[in-house]
Amino acid sequence: MSDSGHHSGVHPQTLADRVEADTGQSAFRCYQCGKCTAGCPLAAEMDLAPHQILRLLQLDLPDTGQEVLASAAIWLCLTCETCVSRCPQEVDLPRIMDRLRDESRERGLAHPKAKDILAFHDAFLGSIARSGRLHEVGLIAAYKLKTMHLLQDVAVAPRLMARGKLAPLPHGIEDRGAVARIFAKCRREKP
Amino acid sequence: MKLGLFPGCSLEGSSREYLESLTAIAPKLGLELTEVPDWNCCGATAAHSLNAKLALALPARNLALAERAGITDLLVPCSACYARLMATHEELDRDEERKREIADIIELPLQAGPKIVSILDVLSTDGVAGRVSRPFAHRVACYYGCYLTRPPKLSTLARTEDPREMDDLVRAAGAEPVAWAFKTECCGAGLSITRTDLVAELAGRVLDDAERRGAEAIVVACPMCHTNLDLRRDAIDAHRGRRSRLPVLYLTQLIGLALGLDERALGLHRHHVPVRFRPDPQPTVAQEI
Repeated sequence: MSDSGHHSGVHPQTLADRVEADTGQSAFRCYQCGKCTAGCPLAAEMDLAPHQILRLLQLDLPDTGQEVLASAAIWLCLTCETCVSRCPQEVDLPRIMDRLRDESRERGLAHPKAKDILAFHDAFLGSIARSGRLHEVGLIAAYKLKTMHLLQDVAVAPRLMARGKLAPLPHGIEDRGAVARIFAKCRREKP
Repeated sequence: MKLGLFPGCSLEGSSREYLESLTAIAPKLGLELTEVPDWNCCGATAAHSLNAKLALALPARNLALAERAGITDLLVPCSACYARLMATHEELDRDEERKREIADIIELPLQAGPKIVSILDVLSTDGVAGRVSRPFAHRVACYYGCYLTRPPKLSTLARTEDPREMDDLVRAAGAEPVAWAFKTECCGAGLSITRTDLVAELAGRVLDDAERRGAEAIVVACPMCHTNLDLRRDAIDAHRGRRSRLPVLYLTQLIGLALGLDERALGLHRHHVPVRFRPDPQPTVAQEI
């Protein structure tokens, strides 16, 4: 299996090729039965339905790869795994979605509607990188600062605090250096 | 039974009542739990969405630490962490080259790794039934969500579209599980904060069906399902235009109540929707499916 870090440079292959090289998943197995879209809890909210994403990967016309990578749909996918569970061809679409999100982010193609979702993922990973475990209070604070949604959930926080569910300080792990080194080694080189 | 325990971050914070109720019932059911020393976050959705290598390395460190601590069976009560640890275990098992690369990243040896087990794998109906002192005599909707049954190649449950294992356990605790259609539908999971509107729609559908079938509570085994159905109830109510007070219990809390344990020890006071039961609600739709 090739390294998922290679795609930050040139793009000689098609998007479907790159997806297959990194995930072992071929979009060409899909025969467009639409079962993935039928079961997807968020298909109605998506600009491209799950089966259409696979179709665009197969077609490889000019701009189809770009259309997929710039879609809002790839960021709405919940990784609920319903599609792959029911796919007669066992196409692991959640795995493909992960690979598409990764390249979309790396190439600066992420849909504007994904801004908050990306800010949340970044805040989440930032919290783990610092203390080894997720600190929920820190996550929410960082997310609010990144998005300026400062008033969101202000009604929920005091209730959580009163029920002893929010820890004001992180439960950091002992060997924070080990986790920091994992993050450093998994970071991709910028082109 | 001796088990390793990977609690995960939610069980130390917003879902601490899941850990409290698990540790309260464990000794009663003969489960001896040892926490993985110095475990770290599994990376959750954020890692696998953005960085495939990180999504393997973070769970892999936990597998390596568990192995080093002599843990052979590792209980992962959070079904989201369970999915990440299972997926990592499966990929490293299948791909030796990948395994060497990840071992190098985490600076720890990786052998076969512990067997990863879910809460439904470790609780037995006989074990529960034999220790019930106060039967939980209520009608409940068992909500499995995504990761106990999907993807099917990793699931340990027998029927992935209509699982029965949790239903059997609550029956052993004295409850009556209802037949319903949303057992394995997604609640909206990790979009709870970024797209609360979508969570209100998806979790609202789950709540709707449970109510229509006459359930007095929804039973879950996942912190995200609990957060979206309980903590997000006001958003669901606003979205649906009506108020619902259907309580949401962790499976371990329901079993704890049936074993006669104290409500406070089980963390029932930590819920947003109060855990109270309406007298005898009737289903508004037929029970036969």
